[in-house]
Amino acid sequence: MTESPLLHAADLHVTFSGRRGSGSARAVDGVNLTLGKGEIVALVGESGCGKTTLARALLGLEKPTAGHVTFDGAPLTYDTRSLKTYRNRVQLVLQDPRGSLNPRHTVYEAVAEGLRVHRYAGDERAKVAEALSRAGLRPPERFFQRYPHELSGGQRQRVVIAGALVLDPELIVADEPVASLDASVRGEILALLLSLRRDLGLSALVVTHDLGLAWNIADRVAVMYLGRVVETGTVEEVLTHPRHPYTQALLSVLPEASGEPVVLTGEPPDPTRIPGGCRFHARCQVLASGAAERAGVAGSCRTEDLPVLSAERTTQAACHWARAATTAP
Amino acid sequence: MTTAPLLDIKDLNVTYGTGAAAVRGVDLTLAAGQKLGIAGESGCGKSTLALALLRLLPAGAKLSGEILLDGEDVLTMKWGRLRAVRWAGASIVFQGAMHSLNAVRRIGDQIAEPMLIHRTAPPSGVRKKVAVLLEHVGLPASRADSYPHELSGGQRQRVMIAMALACDPKLIVADEPTTALDVMIQAQILRLIEQLVAEQNVGLIMISHDLAVLADTCDRLAVMYAGRVVEQGPAAQVYESALHPYAKALSAAFPRIGDPASRHAPRGLAGDPPDPSDLPPGCTFHPRCPVALDRCAVEDQALRGEEERRAACVHV
Repeated sequence: MTESPLLHAADLHVTFSGRRGSGSARAVDGVNLTLGKGEIVALVGESGCGKTTLARALLGLEKPTAGHVTFDGAPLTYDTRSLKTYRNRVQLVLQDPRGSLNPRHTVYEAVAEGLRVHRYAGDERAKVAEALSRAGLRPPERFFQRYPHELSGGQRQRVVIAGALVLDPELIVADEPVASLDASVRGEILALLLSLRRDLGLSALVVTHDLGLAWNIADRVAVMYLGRVVETGTVEEVLTHPRHPYTQALLSVLPEASGEPVVLTGEPPDPTRIPGGCRFHARCQVLASGAAERAGVAGSCRTEDLPVLSAERTTQAACHWARAATTAP
Repeated sequence: MTTAPLLDIKDLNVTYGTGAAAVRGVDLTLAAGQKLGIAGESGCGKSTLALALLRLLPAGAKLSGEILLDGEDVLTMKWGRLRAVRWAGASIVFQGAMHSLNAVRRIGDQIAEPMLIHRTAPPSGVRKKVAVLLEHVGLPASRADSYPHELSGGQRQRVMIAMALACDPKLIVADEPTTALDVMIQAQILRLIEQLVAEQNVGLIMISHDLAVLADTCDRLAVMYAGRVVEQGPAAQVYESALHPYAKALSAAFPRIGDPASRHAPRGLAGDPPDPSDLPPGCTFHPRCPVALDRCAVEDQALRGEEERRAACVHV
């Protein structure tokens, strides 16, 4: 890479110790991830795959058990002061604006809170007005004294985004930013994220289970399954020519997908009991159909864990079968 | 249609006590074994319509029109008859399975309750029927002894569907059955619903804001805006070549992956849905409409077109 990445995670692990004798949960089980300046990366996967824990670890809200996070070339340290500085530059946008806004705070107070926490010395009013108009709430003064219940769902999500923008972050991490919004509002909020990148050069990591969202706004995508990134690459490559059977299955069940849907049975297995071999092998349709057997990799699928994908920007899939297919003549 | 439809809604109006006109003159029909999708965003009246089907609206709500279920008007039914029709004639799968189940009762007992009340199964046979229902929706029969918190979101939604099927209703109304579920679990639940409709020849009304999901599951679609049906027709036609600008916006909101037109170009619709107690004059969609004409601000549009495919827009 020519320029140094803005955010970089190297071999990150987050393990939660088990309660009442159950084993520890390896929520993030070895992840390399890189995010350049002005880049939008989508982290996709089902509930329980570890994507939210990974996002929290990148924000410094969760201390990794192993591995490290580097921001703008400097490794993240976990003392209170440096975390506070870090959180000035990296902001979190939560899902469900109804739950993440205090119903008794006005829009002004909600947006100004970050400035007060960080003891902003300049003109608070002007800063709040600027953040609100950047988030598309114009004229901002009209919204200052409104309460969350007086706003529509889309406006509430814009207030949450304004609260994140007010500190002029370089990176925002958005966790399911449109999951609780109506179809017509969804496009508006996604367009806002794209315009923030265009106008402010803002980078974003978007955590979602919505592949359409990735297609709409992201440059690159990382698909997570049981604590690991199983496929990563540009949105065009991964979403139109998926190589990992899990990505293929996720895409095949979308309503507009052509071809026969591959509906995986059951729910993602639990991170306290990650299966041996390839972690997806128990649900893998390629192994079940015998295609892996024919490619001569079925044995490896059941017994051999795959190496952790590197943070390189190339398209990669952690799958024995996909590897055999690319190296085959 | 030669036979009488299973459900025939005629000029249904619902006004809440607060003055909010939630449903304004809706006509819809549904035959047995058919699947009708109702699309629209929050506040368009789609959930009110679902509740009105079984007269589940709060006391202050004023209803007019007719809801003929198997030829019988739900709105004029005597209380006792209405009780019999709920669950046994028609049942609702509500959105948010987490909140619709009783947290302190075992799910087997919750599924058994409507059967015991409606006496559709003898008390001695209820446990067996519960086991059959659970297996039907893809859960092991032993799950009957679990409490809701022991199940995942998808499993709870399966329990809700098992409850809705318990008294063998002729009509099932599913209100956002897969919202808040992961794509894979959503696919599992939709397959299950499709399979049950086909096997048991029930009528299905599915409500969602996701036009793509509805088009994939249903035969026909009705798009609602501000309490009215603004477009209806065969599901694939409405999804792929919508006539009404609102239906077009809904259809474009969820991108087709691989379509270069939507790459780095999310499409939405500016503005918010109107307040049902303070509707704009003329066509209620005109303040947000990208192709509105001057006369749209004063002139209301009725559904027009052929019987099978109609839209309420000046451009049709």
